[in-house]
Amino acid sequence: MDPQHISETCREIKDKLSAYLDGELESALCAEIEQHLLGCDDCRVMVDTLNKTITLYRNYGQSQVPPEVHERLTRVLKLEQLKAKNNSADPSAHS
Amino acid sequence: MTQDPSRDEDLVLQAQLGDEAAFAELVRRHEHRVYTLALGMLHNPADAEDILQETFISALRGLKNFRGDASFATWLYRIAYNATLMKLRKASPTLSLDETIEGDENDLPRELTDWSHDPIDAALHAETRAVMDAAIAALPAAARAVFIMRDVDGLSTEETAAALGISIEAVKVRLHRARLALREQLTPYFSTRRREQKEVT
Repeated sequence: MDPQHISETCREIKDKLSAYLDGELESALCAEIEQHLLGCDDCRVMVDTLNKTITLYRNYGQSQVPPEVHERLTRVLKLEQLKAKNNSADPSAHS
Repeated sequence: MTQDPSRDEDLVLQAQLGDEAAFAELVRRHEHRVYTLALGMLHNPADAEDILQETFISALRGLKNFRGDASFATWLYRIAYNATLMKLRKASPTLSLDETIEGDENDLPRELTDWSHDPIDAALHAETRAVMDAAIAALPAAARAVFIMRDVDGLSTEETAAALGISIEAVKVRLHRARLALREQLTPYFSTRRREQKEVT
């Protein structure tokens, strides 16, 4: 994007893009942005690639807990629950 | 009154009465999100596993005092985030959580190739995934946490604000900066891919 050819409108739109993509803007403002996008290739590319970035992470960003990690977590929690039971059955265990 | 077993609130009530299966179900529901947050923040599977265990042990110990002022998910995330911060600070005592993202809101995008038509299943490739992970790792910690909670784990703006103890406006500002920075980071990779795909065809 050539700074010499950037309009104030482009700057303002860039600041509102997340709100625009998240559907948080009023319809009049959305219409204004969409009108600008029709005539500004740079802003259109910006919107499309920003939207693609968000979609990529939404669809593929989450990490699944590996089965062995889940197993270890389950074991640790069972031990913790057992300790809590023993402590409540034997109050002197705290002292 | 019949309790709906599909609601976290009901599972919490049952777990508070000592129902271990109810707590196990809460773990099953939320472990992936907690693990995603920890791994995304720390980039180390062993550290992420530590955080996962610490978070659920703390939740188990604190469950009897949980009054439901926030949702269970928000409460859990707050525990996980605080544990993650402690680990980050231990590794780097001078860590600044909110250093400015390179290229703040006054800067213009530097990369404007249109790669938005790249096939979406591209993200399944290990190479692409590594580029996405590296881009997240380059974000300042505070922006990274907001982005992971909102756009990866799918929490609402309100839940994210409550989990991080910041305002809704701060969540929105950090999320926007994080998204812009990630877009900049991903663009060179996808632009190159696009050129290579064109050459092949």
